[in-house]
This record gives sequence, structure tokens and C-alpha cells, in this order.
Amino acid sequence: MKNNVIIDLKNISVKLGDAQILENLSMYIRDKEFITLLGPSGCGKTTTLRIIAGFLEPDSGEVIFENKTINGVPPHKRQVNTIFQRYALFPHLNVYENIAFGLRVKKMKEKEISETVKEMLELVNLNGFERRNINSLSGGQQQRVAIARALAVKPRVLLLDEPLGALDLKLRKDMQVELKNIQQRLGITFIYVTHDQEEALSMSDTVVVMDGGVIQQIGTPQDVYNEPKNAFVADFIGESNILDGKMLEDFKCSFSGAQFQCLDKGFGIGESVDVVVRPEDVDIVPVDQGMLNGTVTSVTFKGVHFEIIVDIGGFKWMIQTTDYEPVGKRIGLDIEPDAIHIMKKSKYSGLYGDYSSFSDELEHLSDIVEEE
Amino acid sequence: MNKKLNPTSKIYLALVVLFLYLPIFMLIVLSFNGTNSTSVIHGFSFKWYVELFRDEATINALTNTLVLAVTSSIAATVIGTLAAVGIFKMKKGFTKTSIMTVTNIPMMNPEIVTGVSMMLLFVFIGSILGAKGVLGFWTLFIAHVTFSLPYVILNVMPKLKQTDPNLAQAAQDLGCTPVKAFLKVVMPSILPGVMAGLVMAFTLSFDDFIISYFVSGPKFQTLPIRIFSMTKKRVTPDMYALSTIMFIVILVLLVLVNVLQSRGDVKKAKKGGAGK
Amino acid sequence: MKKNTLTQRLCAAPHVVWSAIFIVVPLIMVIYYAFTDKSGAFTLENISRLSDYTSTFLRSLWFGIVATIICLIIAYPLSYILSKMKLRAQSTMVMLVMIPMWMNFLLRTYAWMTLLEDSGVINNILSKIGIGPFHMINTSGAVILGMVYNFLPYMILPIYSVMTKLDNSLVEAAQDLGANKFHVIRDVIFPSTLSGVVSGVTMVFVPSVSTFYISQKLGGGSFALIGDIIEMQFQVSNNFNFGAALSFVLMILILICMAVMNKFGDTEEAGGVVA
Repeated sequence: MKNNVIIDLKNISVKLGDAQILENLSMYIRDKEFITLLGPSGCGKTTTLRIIAGFLEPDSGEVIFENKTINGVPPHKRQVNTIFQRYALFPHLNVYENIAFGLRVKKMKEKEISETVKEMLELVNLNGFERRNINSLSGGQQQRVAIARALAVKPRVLLLDEPLGALDLKLRKDMQVELKNIQQRLGITFIYVTHDQEEALSMSDTVVVMDGGVIQQIGTPQDVYNEPKNAFVADFIGESNILDGKMLEDFKCSFSGAQFQCLDKGFGIGESVDVVVRPEDVDIVPVDQGMLNGTVTSVTFKGVHFEIIVDIGGFKWMIQTTDYEPVGKRIGLDIEPDAIHIMKKSKYSGLYGDYSSFSDELEHLSDIVEEE
Repeated sequence: MNKKLNPTSKIYLALVVLFLYLPIFMLIVLSFNGTNSTSVIHGFSFKWYVELFRDEATINALTNTLVLAVTSSIAATVIGTLAAVGIFKMKKGFTKTSIMTVTNIPMMNPEIVTGVSMMLLFVFIGSILGAKGVLGFWTLFIAHVTFSLPYVILNVMPKLKQTDPNLAQAAQDLGCTPVKAFLKVVMPSILPGVMAGLVMAFTLSFDDFIISYFVSGPKFQTLPIRIFSMTKKRVTPDMYALSTIMFIVILVLLVLVNVLQSRGDVKKAKKGGAGK
Repeated sequence: MKKNTLTQRLCAAPHVVWSAIFIVVPLIMVIYYAFTDKSGAFTLENISRLSDYTSTFLRSLWFGIVATIICLIIAYPLSYILSKMKLRAQSTMVMLVMIPMWMNFLLRTYAWMTLLEDSGVINNILSKIGIGPFHMINTSGAVILGMVYNFLPYMILPIYSVMTKLDNSLVEAAQDLGANKFHVIRDVIFPSTLSGVVSGVTMVFVPSVSTFYISQKLGGGSFALIGDIIEMQFQVSNNFNFGAALSFVLMILILICMAVMNKFGDTEEAGGVVA
């Protein structure tokens, strides 16, 4: 299982004053892997990154790089490099000198330096920008210079701390593709920090979902989306209807006052569980022909689909469908066994209610607050 | 904004400028006066300028002033810049607040009190050591460093605040030791503040009279003290010549700095215009 | 990280030691001398002798207040006009205001002496057009003029610097809401420039109250201020103990004045005043 592991974090804990930032965190990172630390602000993802970079020493626990403990090794002696949130380009140096900075510190020959800089500029599509002033570059261009600067010193691992946070949506999508390309071409390990679940799902080989200084789930993007471990992961990644349910026996459960076939097993008979149903997995059928009946309370047009909120026995479900259903109409819902995911109860159970107070605007606002 | 000024405003401005420059103009005219009378203008001559350069004591005082200003401003800049870095890194709290308060005392306190208090300290230490005439270059140096420090810190601190804290980390990340990172990356970004602090410390030291007056002795006279002792009696017009020269030097320097600055701005604007 | 910031904080050590020895200890020396006699024994005599100089203290305060108010009256409209000028003209004017500050203040004050004398330049010119002569030198007016002249730039620069930051849309909003010119100035412009006024007032008041040269030259010795008395104790009569007592009281007096001033506005914003 643990083949070609490059970084191994063992039982890392960090306390800042009274606040527990990281609690007994353990994880390993494979060589050449694109791994993303995903979570809301304050979840400890940036702290984890800073520990790997060497800017922060954990209060306890071990940081292992290629089988050697590197606790106490200062940042300038580590084979990892960082792309900072706001790039941290040196304003008094031009593009060329910024990229050459790390090479000059290594006392490389001038000829090698100019070759490497040229190669890096090519890599990030900034040919001809050598003499440009940093302040004259756009956000996207600065981002590219930051990538080139970090890659120029040929790190084994690149740490990226919300690198696309300052870019607008369109540019962000382009850079996502480009970053993934660069990572695959160079074959180095990327450790990426973001609070944007879409970004995490589309770029990563492995996603680490964090909250409250604790890892909630590690897995492939498909894993964390389809098989969330607890209510936090289910709610944070994508939209989900999280219901209080009971396991009747293997492959059979009940929620919302009805019984359902499912694909999960291994729970105790009668065990209370959290049930996740993704909004896109629910089929709408005429009333009384499905497993559940409900009343449409709101409809929002989203382009590819409608997002409708359905009241079922007082619980508001979100359903994504391509069929328009008017507000006030009674409809039936059909849920296939593979649309149902059962999770053990956790401390997050019951925290995420239904969609009764859901509003796009609010969601957007909370995003902005998080970024602050 | 950029409206044409109305005539009342113009007259008002002119009057204030006249008020500010009347005595300076006066000094300049008198420096070219053929006689040494302050009330009669008699012919045009350079003789007071010639006299000035023959006046050994004044020239000596001028060199003393320059030596003192250069050494004390450099010392204040070094200590002050380091202090700014250290204070900046401190967490808000009692220590930081009390250090800042003490630092600012020479800026807030009346100069005469600062001068007197330091004189008392020097005299006290002198009497303990049994040394006579402790007042001299070193006491002046200490006093000038002390009153320049808050101005250096005041100039460097905002630059530190403006500097992205990630810059130093980025440099370390790329292989610099912490000290090297500071010198290569942080220093260039705070340099304008450090230079401004240096220039300010220099001019404060060069111009200081009140504090110097209390902590200097007969062995080491600075220009302002020399001027003071001369204005006690009837001033000889070579002092006017001296002030005229100083005025012209300051004027040329300021104009030069202004021209250089505005040129720099134009360059920056041109370069910056390409982005975004 | 923790080790790192510790070494960085240690950078302040030389400064802290320096300030302790050359700022804090000297102030303790002032208090020590103020409460001892020549032999070093404790005494309250210095303090009780201060009452002989009550009138001098009052005169210093009065002159300081008058000079500060005149500076404010001149500087406030001037700064407002400055802030409305074209940018180039603004920087030229600011330079014009600053240049005199760089000239030796003794010489500038001395120049006023020659201007104001009974047979000085001003009276000469006035007599040519048949007025005067006026007696101007050695009056309280001349002393206050000297203070205003020397410290006016310290009032103009901080007020000007907050004026330039004044948000014009505030003024427009007030006008939009129906405020007339007077109301705009009283309710919008003045409150938002208060921090500049406070720091300007402090920067003029403190040196005015404590000056000693100006009063000697332009007051002819008949308007001795507290600074003159202090200077005399240290440079002429060699009575350090009484001089220290005077300095101590002057310091307390100014501390009180500044505390009162600070109540009027938050001075912190007004920093970066000179240069």
C-alpha cells in the first residue's frame, strides 16, 4: 500500500494559543501525485501546508520526507517549494530576476540560469516577458511567473496555497487545466490547498477533506463525492439531501416514512444512520406512482437543469431535473437503490438541515466571507 | 478639483508666502551689502562671502556639524531600522505599546526638556566618574541619535506594514537563509522608508540647536551653536552669507529631488501602463 | 517560525537598551534633581520656589495659545486652498512652505529682529511713504509673531495632508442633502480634518510654550518665558536643581495639555506629518 511515499505526516498537532489548529493529523502523499487539501477556512489546510514547507513547526508529530524526519529543517533546506496565495513576487525585480532568484541563491552559472529561465517561461507561456516589471503584469501573468519561479529550482514537491483565489472565474478554469498539464508533464508532486470543491474534484488524484483540524475523508474525487464518510463531507462536496434514517437490515433502509432498497450493508439492525441522496439522482414521476410524494415549493432555472425544492412531510428536498414542474404541484419521487448512500452517525449529524432556507445569494455570500 | 483659483485665494497664498520668505529675502539682500549695517543698503559686494571662508571658527563648526550629522544619522538609521523590524514582529500588547511610547517621548517632549534631561544624565555620570567637561562630541552624538530614532522608526514602520509578509518566506522557500532573505527581499522594499529616515535624521541633526545647546561643550561647537553665540552680540554679515549659501544649497537639493521624483513617476506610469 | 520571530524581535534590543538609558533614565534624572539640593539631599524647596514664576508660566501658556490659534487661523484656509489646486502647483507650494523650515531658525529669527527694529527695514520703508515709525521690536506682539513665523509650517503640513485625503463625495453628499457652505464646512469638512488639526496644534503649541530664543531676541528680555528661565538656570546661574524642577513642571503641564487635546480627536491617523 505505502509504495513510493514521498511525504508522510504522523500524528501532527498544532495549537495556537487556546485554539487547536490541527489535531493528531496523519496522512501520506505519494510521489508524482496531485493531492488537494479541501475544506472551509480555518480547517487547518494552510497550516498543514506551512508545516510541510517548514514555516511552522508542529507542537507534536513527525514530518517525514523520503523516510527521513525533517522536523526542524529550515524552509531553505527543504526540497519543497511554495506558490503563495498572493504570489509574493519580488516587486523590485523583473520577471527574469524573479525566476532566476532561487537559481542565483544556489550560485548557478549565468548560462545555466538563462537557459532555465527561458525553459520556465516557455513552460508557463510567457515567452518574451523577461524584462517586464512585476507590477505591469496582470493577475494571471503574475500567477504564471510565480509558478515558473517555484519550478525553476526543480522542487520534488510543489505546494500551492489557494493559487487561483485571486483570479476571475474564466481565468481560473483555464489555469486549472494548465496547472494539471504542467504537473503531468513535469511529473512532480503537487499539494494543492483550496476551499473550492469543484476545483478539487476536477484537478486532483486524491482529495483530503478537512474540518476543524481533523481529516474527514481521504479518497479519489469519485470516492468523496459518491461515498462521503459523514454528513460534513456530503454537505461540503456538492449538493445533498441528508436525511435521518434507519438501517432495517443489509440492503434495506427507511427514511421519510418509507422503505428503500439500497446497496449498503454491515450496519447493525435498526441502527440510526444518515442517508444521502444527491439532487441529480432523484427521478420525478406522477404523484402516487413513486416512493415518496411531495409539493413543489420553488423552482429555479439553472441553464442545464431546473433546481426545484420539494416539501416531503415538512423536509425540503433539493432535486435537479430537466423537467419543469410548477410551484404548488404535487409530484412523486422515485429513488433507485444506487442513488442512496448510507453513512454512520457522526458529530456532524443533524447539523445540515434541509433546503428550507436555501438561497443562491446566501451561498454566494458565505463563499465570499470564507475567502476573507 | 483643478478649478481655477479665485483672486482672493491667490492673494492669500501670496501673502503667506511673502510672510514666510520676507526674513529669508532680507538675509540674502544683507549678505551682499557693502557695509555691515542692517538698516542701510550700500552697494553690492561679495566681501562677506570672502570673510566667511576666512572665518576659521565658522568653517570648523560647519565641519563638526557635518561629521555629527553623518555619523549620528547613520547610527540612528541602523538602530532604528532594526528596531522597526523587531517592534513590527511583536504582538500587540503591553511590551509593544510601552516600547513605542518611550520611543516617541523625544518627539512629544519639549526639546528643551529633552536637552536638559540628557545634560543632567551626562553631568551626573561625569561627576561619578570624576571627569570634567564630559560634554563634547560623544554627548552630542548620543543626543542626536536619541532624538532621530523615533523619526527613523516612523518612516520605516509603514513600509514594513506595506511589505507582503510572504516575500521573506518566498525567498526562504527558494533557498535563502532568514538573514539573506531579509537583505535580498525585505530590505529593497523598505529601502525608501529607510532612506527617508536617514535624510530626516540628517537634517534634524544638522539643524538642531536647542538640544545641542545643552549637551555640547566648548571643545566641540556645531554650526547652530556658533550662530547662537554670534547672534548674542551684533551679528557680522558673514552669517548672512552663510545662510544664503545654505538656502541655495537646500533649494537646489529640493528642486533636484523633486525633478528626479517626478521623472521616476513618469517612468513608472509608462511602464505600469502596459499592464491590465 | 517561532524561533524565527524571536530573533527578529531581538533586533529591537539595541534600541530598547538605548531608549532605556538615554530617554527613561534622563527623565528620572530630571525628577531626581528636582527633588534634591546641591548636596543631593531630598528637598521640596525647588518645587516651592516655582510659585515665584507663576506669572512666567501663565505668560508662556498665554503666548503659546495665542500663537497656536493664529497659526490655525492662517493655516486652515491655506491648506484648504492648497488641496484644491492642481497637483503640480500643490507640490510646488508644499515645497515653498517647507523650505524655510530647513533654514536655521536662529538666523530666521534674527532676520525678523532686523526687520522689526525701530530703524529697521520695515520702518525705513514705511517712513519713505510717510507713515510711522512704529515701535514693533521688544513687544509681546513681536514674540508671538516670531512663534507664528517659526512654527506655521508645522500647522500647515498636517492639516494639508488630511485635507488631500478628504473625500470630495462627502462634501457633495452634504450639499445634495441640502447643506449650505457654512454647514458643509462646520459639519463635514472640519470634523473629518480634525485629526490633522489636533496634530498641528500639538506641533505648534509644544515648541511655542517651551521656546527660549525667540523671546530673547524679539522680546528684548522683557517677556521672559518659561524656556528662558530654564535656560538661565542651566547656562547662567548653574542651578541645575531648580532648572530640573522647572523642566519637570513644564513637562507635566504639556502632558496635561496634550491629554486634553487628544480628547478632541484621534491623533493616530494624522501621522506622517513632515516630509
